Amino acid sequence: MPTVIVEVMPKEVLLDPAGKATARALQRFGDGAITDVRIGKRFEITVDGDVTPKLLEHIGEIAKDVLSNEVIEDVVSIRVAE
Amino acid sequence: MRVGVITFPGSLDDRDALRAITLAGGNAVALWHGDHDLKNVDAIVLPGGFSYGDYLRCGAIAAHSPIMSEVVDAANKGMPVFGICNGFQILVEAHLLAGGLIRNDHGTFIRRDQKLRVENVDTVWTNQYTVGQEIVIPLKNGEGGFIADETTLDRLEGDGLVAFRYVDVNPNGSLRDIAGLRNERGNVVGLMPHPEHAVEPGFGPDMPEAMSSGTDGLAMFQSLLTATVLS
Repeated sequence: MPTVIVEVMPKEVLLDPAGKATARALQRFGDGAITDVRIGKRFEITVDGDVTPKLLEHIGEIAKDVLSNEVIEDVVSIRVAE
Repeated sequence: MRVGVITFPGSLDDRDALRAITLAGGNAVALWHGDHDLKNVDAIVLPGGFSYGDYLRCGAIAAHSPIMSEVVDAANKGMPVFGICNGFQILVEAHLLAGGLIRNDHGTFIRRDQKLRVENVDTVWTNQYTVGQEIVIPLKNGEGGFIADETTLDRLEGDGLVAFRYVDVNPNGSLRDIAGLRNERGNVVGLMPHPEHAVEPGFGPDMPEAMSSGTDGLAMFQSLLTATVLS
């Protein structure tokens, strides 16, 4: 069955405390090339049948209304898994 | 007067809210998230806690739970609805109040007896206070940072929709020190601190006079009863 992948990220302007804490930890590894980390969410949505334009539109609505909160997050991509 | 408190999976303070309603003189009614039944209540409290484990976003899954379709419908028709902490997050996710609530700017969970200023008393839930009154209400949250874009913040301020503001300390990075909001109609109010934990001497926040003696939260539930008697 096909899988649709939805990715959501916190808005650029917002503080991402989890990302900041992770970035500080990662900076203890390697040669200092890592300067920042931002943490978002990836949803893998399994669907029954073909991925039609209508279904993608439906998932787009879900992504906007439920999977993300447009006050604090952006839906950055919706795509069908290879 | 029948006041419902909805229990979601992961609600913590539903019993405290029921008790506060009883202490204020109301008839407290337990409601269940999975029902489509408001049991003929006259008002609703969404309690604090961690509904659905704060999965997805705080309050997001609860905002789409079965009973919430009735709650949103009733709120839009004028029924008094009060969201405390996680309940405030649920109201925001249900678009009954503006803005969003995100992780505290310092990244840690905080619990403190918090001083607030009452900014608006023209609501069903705040009419027993006076404008500018300072009250102490226990605060306990990990994701209490109120945010909205500048346009929305200006609108909230301009329309008098900021109900409570943090005083002395901003405990979570909330923009413009916003601790609580009301809607345009004044029947829906959300507040991050917990008034239901400040309703009985001996079990409230520490006050200058005595430890655990604060009861500043009781007036929120008394406001509801007063408003409804008068209307």
